[in-house]
Amino acid sequence: MARSYTPGLKVLANTKVEKNRRLPLKGKVLVEVGEKVEINTIVASTKIPGNVQMLNVAKKLNIDSEIVKESMLVKIDDSITKGQLIAESKGLFGLFKSQLKSPIDGTIANISDVTGQVILSEPPIPIEVNAYSSGKIKSIIPEEGVVVASQGALIQGILGIGGENQGILEIVVNSRDEILTENHINESHENKIIIGGSFLNFEAFEKAKKIGVAGIVVGGFNYNSLSKILGYNLGVAITGSEELGISLMITEGFGEISMAERTFKIFKQFDGRMAVINGSTQIRAGVIRPEVIIPHEDDEKVELLTESDLIISEGSKVRVIRDPYFGMVGTVIELPSPLTELESETEVRIAKVKFNNNQIEIIPRANLEMILSK
Amino acid sequence: MTGSFKLDKINKILATDCGSTTTKAILIQKVDGVYRLTHRGEAPTTVEAPFEDVTKGVLNSIIELEELSGIKILDGEKIMSPSEENKGIDIFISTSSAGGGLQMMVGGVVKGMSGESAQRAALGAGAIVMDVLASNDGRLYHEKVKRIRQLRPDMILLSGGINGGTVNHVVELSEVLQAANPKPRLGINYKLPVIFAGNEDATEMIKKRLENTTDLICVENIRPTLEEENLKPSRDKIHDLFMEHVMAQAPGYKKLMSWTNVPIMPTPGAVGEIIQKIAEQDNISVVGVDIGGATTDVFSVFKQKFNRTVSANLGMSYSICNVLAEAGIENVSRWVPFDLDQKDLTNRIANKMIRPTTIPQTLIALKIEQAIAREALRLSFKQHKEFAVDLKGVQQERTISDAFEQSNSGNTLVNMLELDLLVGSGGVLSHAPRRAQSARMLIDAFIPEGITQLAVDSIFMMPQLGVLSTVHTQAAVEVFEKDCLIYLGTCIAPTGELPKDSLMFKYEINFNSEIIKGEIKSGELKLISAPDGFYNSKLIPGKNLDIGAGINEPINTKLRGGVVGIFLDGRGRNPFIIPENNEDRVKSLNNWSYASNEYPEGKM
Repeated sequence: MARSYTPGLKVLANTKVEKNRRLPLKGKVLVEVGEKVEINTIVASTKIPGNVQMLNVAKKLNIDSEIVKESMLVKIDDSITKGQLIAESKGLFGLFKSQLKSPIDGTIANISDVTGQVILSEPPIPIEVNAYSSGKIKSIIPEEGVVVASQGALIQGILGIGGENQGILEIVVNSRDEILTENHINESHENKIIIGGSFLNFEAFEKAKKIGVAGIVVGGFNYNSLSKILGYNLGVAITGSEELGISLMITEGFGEISMAERTFKIFKQFDGRMAVINGSTQIRAGVIRPEVIIPHEDDEKVELLTESDLIISEGSKVRVIRDPYFGMVGTVIELPSPLTELESETEVRIAKVKFNNNQIEIIPRANLEMILSK
Repeated sequence: MTGSFKLDKINKILATDCGSTTTKAILIQKVDGVYRLTHRGEAPTTVEAPFEDVTKGVLNSIIELEELSGIKILDGEKIMSPSEENKGIDIFISTSSAGGGLQMMVGGVVKGMSGESAQRAALGAGAIVMDVLASNDGRLYHEKVKRIRQLRPDMILLSGGINGGTVNHVVELSEVLQAANPKPRLGINYKLPVIFAGNEDATEMIKKRLENTTDLICVENIRPTLEEENLKPSRDKIHDLFMEHVMAQAPGYKKLMSWTNVPIMPTPGAVGEIIQKIAEQDNISVVGVDIGGATTDVFSVFKQKFNRTVSANLGMSYSICNVLAEAGIENVSRWVPFDLDQKDLTNRIANKMIRPTTIPQTLIALKIEQAIAREALRLSFKQHKEFAVDLKGVQQERTISDAFEQSNSGNTLVNMLELDLLVGSGGVLSHAPRRAQSARMLIDAFIPEGITQLAVDSIFMMPQLGVLSTVHTQAAVEVFEKDCLIYLGTCIAPTGELPKDSLMFKYEINFNSEIIKGEIKSGELKLISAPDGFYNSKLIPGKNLDIGAGINEPINTKLRGGVVGIFLDGRGRNPFIIPENNEDRVKSLNNWSYASNEYPEGKM
């Protein structure tokens, strides 16, 4: 039988999480397999090439490009310091020589006898990668990074902004359908990850940012507010490089939508615990979801998901991810094979879903999301 | 399996297209001596975790084909070949745009000349051009280096300089590449392929600079003289390298490549093949569009010149918010035939971006998606018109009258009055619940002028037929004509300043049983039902208007019907008018919808 896969966000109270922590370029791995690491342990480091500058030596010394090489007092890959004499013209009978000093500290990257240009490279920029989540080093990717294996709660959202941050979790609303406003936020939330309910308004986000809140998790947000924060309209859902100092994770979608019951319940369970948040999202080939990881070694049953958990079948717990039943949770009671016509006259494969209030509706399979928890 | 088939023994053809979200499989069989599409299956693409193997999605789509056709194709994970009665196939081909397709950077000395030629070559080969580097692009040296490092393209095409011309600038560009030491997007352990297609005299100098840091391949100059553009060698090399390097790095592709009989082709390259074949075969001007989730490709053939553009961030799901950002909320809302709060509209659109695989269940949701599709198509076509131009930099003889409108850039080749056929493809056009909706989206977005035939790809199979046409032209053409291309009808729209008496044109269409005649007033849209076939007709334009034969010139012609019919469009061209007043706008949209039988009535 053909398999019908549906997308799904992971919402698990206790699972095993493996994270690839890789450098952007080859470098040095600083830890060993089996080593215990904390969130801030540096696991790998490298240096990325510095910015380059071009120096038109031929023009500056008033010489032909072909003789630039012989006029250079330094070679390719030589280190140079700011103000160091690096080139000199032969002059006339050894007199009237022109000289050229280096404008930067760095190295000589190239000398061109065609264009007469010399390329100077600024000193390399150090890059470090931390463990992100506490746990053990599972394996080493030689010269690139490591795989960190952790245990804990994993909650994925639908869209986020801001990169990685960490802090103590604090639930600041009374219920999953309460709107998070600026009145809920105060100075005590500095460096914390705060959890809201159905919606976050723009003013509340701005106040949190000002106070120095590390992260916010909330059910819904307005697209227009997101544009205001970013300073541009987000055209494709690729985020993570914004330098906001705060991470935001939306769990459900745009508009006012109550946070899923299970998601809110897990946050409640771990209220006051240390967590990491990553707002980076890429909704395209190679999907990356924003997430909150709460590392713990509590004595709970570990939930592991497999490929088969993504296959929809009768009895699957699902959530509707598009109007008119957006956000409603239910159980699949029938998966008829023939195509069914919808109100829009689109003919699609559907599922019959019984919602928690016993209402039964026809939903396109494409508009269902598996609830990935056991 | 590659290469092991005999053309005259082909009875069953299996073709797949691995898109970024869905893998589509079609089965073509010889029925009574003619190749016909018999079945189609689809499954989600599986290049991503947790699967990370494209062949799983391919196998799932084939399993669906097996279930629908009753033909056993797979033996475990093996495709059975050759075919017998109810078992196996004779040839397997595939296209792919999964994993973001082929992403390239191109470079040229002058942005509007060799840079543009390099861009044309890359686009024609099916690539997305991420950036064009040029000596005159206004960026500083270190900014160019930074940009290359940041983008991590799959491949770079470097051109510049005519043969025998100066070498300095193109060598300088190669030094930028050398300093950037670019790394490919996929796979950390292989060198980035760089194609050099510039001034022959610079070849040795380029080799000296790039041979060690990149996988350098030199081909014939893309612009050997100012008057000549030689794109084919670069295009062919891009295809080869796409297979050898890029696809080989994507998860599962090595396995898939070992299954197919001919090399896997990038999806847009395959669609381009088929569009060119239509234009050649009937000696007509064609515009084709393929609107996907992330990108929209536009193809055109005018005066035998083929052009393709890809609007990398104009699509119906992943990049739907970019359509909103580029078009502006006012342009999107002008197509929505009811009042809707702007905040609600933007949130609905943004929710499609973050849940890209969902489909509209309600009529309201469908109308909003089709409103955005109009803007995505319009913007993509606008970009295409700006790109499909004569060669720039060519000395042209000018008359006195030309001197008043001299411009540095080439003139667009796209002439809407000359356009014979407009073909739409891609989910929102191929799978619209009513074909009238596809026709209306095409007309409203492309604003065809004069007399233009409209067609859609029935179930979005042009990519597979494109690659098939390179191995078995007969099968591709037969399926294309019988099963793929669905003629929707024809659009008639006069162009010119709107006449004071508001008469746009008079028409007389001769159906065998009766003659239908009448007048079209300004702002009016009418649809006449006319099954596929040709109908003798007479069209008389209003004062100072042109339907294709010249201003005020009547036309006697044969109009083609189709599954929708003949559209008589009096809504004006240059400019096309939608009332600005909200009440009038909604009224006009609903009148046009009603006249073209676009949506079910009374379901709102």
